[in-house]
Amino acid sequence: MIRVLDIKLLRDLRRLWPQALAIALVMAAGVATLILGAGAHDSLATTRERYYEANRFADVFAGLTRAPKALQPEIAAIDGVAAAETRIEKIALADLPGMAEPASVLLVSVPDHGEQVLNRVYLRSGRMPSADSGGEALASAGFARAHGLREGSTIRVLINGRQRELRISGTALSPEFVYALGPGALMPDERRYGILYLPEREMSAAYDLEGAFNSVSLRLVRGSNPDKVIAALDRLLDRYGGLGAYPRKDQTSHAFLDAELQQLRAMSRILPPIFLVVSAFLVNMTLTRLIALERERIGLLKAMGYSSLAVVRHYAGFVTLIAVLGIAIGVVAGTWLGAGMTTLYAQFFSFPFLVFSRNPAVYGIAAGATYAAALLGAVKAVREVAWLSPAVAMSPPAPQRYRKVLGGRVELSRYVRQSSVIVIRHLTHWPLRTLSGIFGMALAVAILVGSLWTFGSINLMIDATFRLSDRQDAAITFTSLRPMSALYEARRLPAVMEAEPFRALPVKLRHGPAERRVSLVGKSREASLSRVLDGSLKPVVLPSEGLVISDALARLLRAGIGDEIEVEILEGRRQTVMQPVSAIITGFIGLTAYMNLDAMNRMLMEGAAISGVYLGLDMEARDQLFSVLKETPAASFIALQYAALEKFRETLAQNVTIMISVYAAFAGIIAFGVVYNFARISLSEQGREMASLRVLGFTKAEVSGLLMGELAVVAILAQPLGWLLGYSFALMMAEGFRTELYRVPLVVNREVFAWASLVVFAAAAVSGLVVRRRIDRLDMIEVLKTRE
Amino acid sequence: MDQPVFRVRGLCKTYRTGEVEVQALRGVDFEAWPGEFIVILGPSGSGKSTFLNIIGGLDSATGGDAWFRDHALTRQSEAALTRYRRDHVGFIFQFYNLVPSLTARENVKLVTEIARNPMQPEEALALVGLSARMDHFPAQLSGGEQQRVAIARAIAKRPDVLLCDEPTGALDSKTGIKVLEALAAVAAETKATTLVITHNAAIAAIAGRVVNFANGAIASEQINAVRKKPSEVSW
Repeated sequence: MIRVLDIKLLRDLRRLWPQALAIALVMAAGVATLILGAGAHDSLATTRERYYEANRFADVFAGLTRAPKALQPEIAAIDGVAAAETRIEKIALADLPGMAEPASVLLVSVPDHGEQVLNRVYLRSGRMPSADSGGEALASAGFARAHGLREGSTIRVLINGRQRELRISGTALSPEFVYALGPGALMPDERRYGILYLPEREMSAAYDLEGAFNSVSLRLVRGSNPDKVIAALDRLLDRYGGLGAYPRKDQTSHAFLDAELQQLRAMSRILPPIFLVVSAFLVNMTLTRLIALERERIGLLKAMGYSSLAVVRHYAGFVTLIAVLGIAIGVVAGTWLGAGMTTLYAQFFSFPFLVFSRNPAVYGIAAGATYAAALLGAVKAVREVAWLSPAVAMSPPAPQRYRKVLGGRVELSRYVRQSSVIVIRHLTHWPLRTLSGIFGMALAVAILVGSLWTFGSINLMIDATFRLSDRQDAAITFTSLRPMSALYEARRLPAVMEAEPFRALPVKLRHGPAERRVSLVGKSREASLSRVLDGSLKPVVLPSEGLVISDALARLLRAGIGDEIEVEILEGRRQTVMQPVSAIITGFIGLTAYMNLDAMNRMLMEGAAISGVYLGLDMEARDQLFSVLKETPAASFIALQYAALEKFRETLAQNVTIMISVYAAFAGIIAFGVVYNFARISLSEQGREMASLRVLGFTKAEVSGLLMGELAVVAILAQPLGWLLGYSFALMMAEGFRTELYRVPLVVNREVFAWASLVVFAAAAVSGLVVRRRIDRLDMIEVLKTRE
Repeated sequence: MDQPVFRVRGLCKTYRTGEVEVQALRGVDFEAWPGEFIVILGPSGSGKSTFLNIIGGLDSATGGDAWFRDHALTRQSEAALTRYRRDHVGFIFQFYNLVPSLTARENVKLVTEIARNPMQPEEALALVGLSARMDHFPAQLSGGEQQRVAIARAIAKRPDVLLCDEPTGALDSKTGIKVLEALAAVAAETKATTLVITHNAAIAAIAGRVVNFANGAIASEQINAVRKKPSEVSW
């Protein structure tokens, strides 16, 4: 049977529906962000794990010049190795119809017969290339899609200086190339870089590597120490031109994917809890004020014989209904958006399948925290009233004893109009209420700042990287080291305006116990295309001695300026030398280390050799250059800056932008919910006063002005605090975003503060207008007939 | 003779709440002349408050006409009625309706700031004998004092009419008399046409004219040949 009290509850809810809905939406925003953020990250992490497991993604990788296949059993016998697979990998230029610039492909051998042991491909269409028919290749799905390649299509590839036509046998995905990144490229670009799997027999024949391999992957026994295995493998491969084995975490594709997931994780672990706390606080604050207005009704219920507990239970029920509504909206929206977002990311990462992970704990925390906050707010408010004697509760609260601001030392009314005096006295009379209003709106501003700052920072990252640092239009990586004369040849190529040499040297840097495998890049001293920037983004002249390393690398190596770093060179004569750190620079992408090219040559005690050139191009004539390069066996990869920039934007647009936009939208909802409730409750508290003023001949605008004035003061005071809080949220996010691959600079532009404030002011204005309609309908006669 | 301040002809008011229709006024004819002090008597539900609300510009009529001088109150827009209240009417209510966050002086100032030719707030408060308590907040004043602040607030704008709805309704008789004294004094001082609603017949003795409301219409009127002073009445 429905009790009368329950009917009252439902009617109250109907009476207060706009406010109840606004509170429910704030709750929903908190719940939804937590669920969708955590859901997307957990699902993607689980999917990646399953994918890696199902396709036996390797734990350790190593490249080398050439080793006999007879070495394979020795490698497999290293303590801790569960499986080892050797193969041949080579980069080649591909000539694709309809594409002016040359594309590169990584040719990877697959066993002639039988399955791959490690890094198994996942066939999307067709079949594995047949060793018997010859001339077949399996293409990576992204590359195939970008060029409309399908079973039976052909593709021309410059293999070891010879044009070959390969027939596509099918398309595939691989856990190894979720991100396929060309050498020296900043961003994966599926159009310009792809993977082609060829039977081992053909690869070894084409590259004179019969009975040999130049790449090995290992899978480790669970619980074994990868460092020991890597050390053992490096010892084995040393004689064969080993380039240094590296663990999975340094594998390019994995590292990229990991960086993305880590960013997603940062977004889901930092922002949503803040949202949840913010929404819980706001719900608490709002309900407290809402229920305080019920004072007389509570007194009435008690006078009729309801116990204090029954009254508390009644209002707890009221809050529960709102909370259930809010949590339900939040759960549905969070789950739905989370699934949508996971699917979007899964497509972006081209996972072959998707495992949705729903962590009941996340749902529990989201719902529990929200409900607890709401309930606490209600109980706090009801308690103050429920324990009063009915007679006291039923009579209106004693008239408020106002005080003069600053104890009357300032005669306010002499300087401002009485309506302003009313606003000021109101705000100062309930300092807690005012402060919680300010704090609430400040939080709304803060979560907006905490969401919106990333856009500007990413722009700065792009600007620093593409416009200040790597200003070249293209970078050519040669298939092997070339003498300095290659630079002069490059300068004579069509469309080339400028050319600068570089040498990328695979090295291991050691300082104390810290060790890092990086590519040490030698650049000419007067480099003007590809520059190195200091902390204030000013170009740095590479000192004639020593290493110039990025701040991130310096932190990893725990090295400062002047520290001697052990540099183990992983090619040529493979010597180990000591070099001082001569400068630390700013780098946002990757772990970077530079040297003056002359100093590098001196260090290597070799003649001047370069591994590639940076080019400044006449972009109008670039197609002429591309057609020449397509026929140039010496060039293995051409990195195009504009393409990278596009890709960079695209990648971040896909990843960060989507998530942040969703958060910003939720932040907007929260902002509106807070401000609207603040305005509505203020109206309830002052409705009588306002109606009296209307009677005295104040116009609607003048009376609304009281409320607007209060809103405006609170909103304005909230801004600086909101900016400060928002900045600290941003700081936390930037820390969370920090990975070895990216360092998102913490730059909170003025525009971010302005936008956050604008949204909150807009929410205040809209709330003000909505509430104004109620002020316009105030019943003047009612207020004259009733006591407060 | 002068033009009447109020001229009311056949004034009707019907409230419709849901399915119930209540006829609050059924054709009231009334006139008030400059400087008159009129007490309107009647039991609750007789329509006296509705009448006061309409001529005070707080409510609209459903039939008939009411003029304030040349202004047809029954045909004005809301904004014009606001203007009318602001410029011409002083209200005094049973529950004072002071702004709790403003001191006595500031409550008066609230009105003088928007009036055309107001007196000084201090002057208005002196008229009701509250010079000593000007800087007190409503919560620091007794009920009688609060009502005197309300009177000061109503007359500070030098209104043409002073409309009082049960001004002593919430007060004990001793305090009520003090309030009436203040009211009579300011009415005389400002020559405002004063209408006082009450169901307390004793108060009628201080009026120049007494109008009896019953059942939504004026039942009778009488002129007091001799007006008593407020101090001479009791209830």
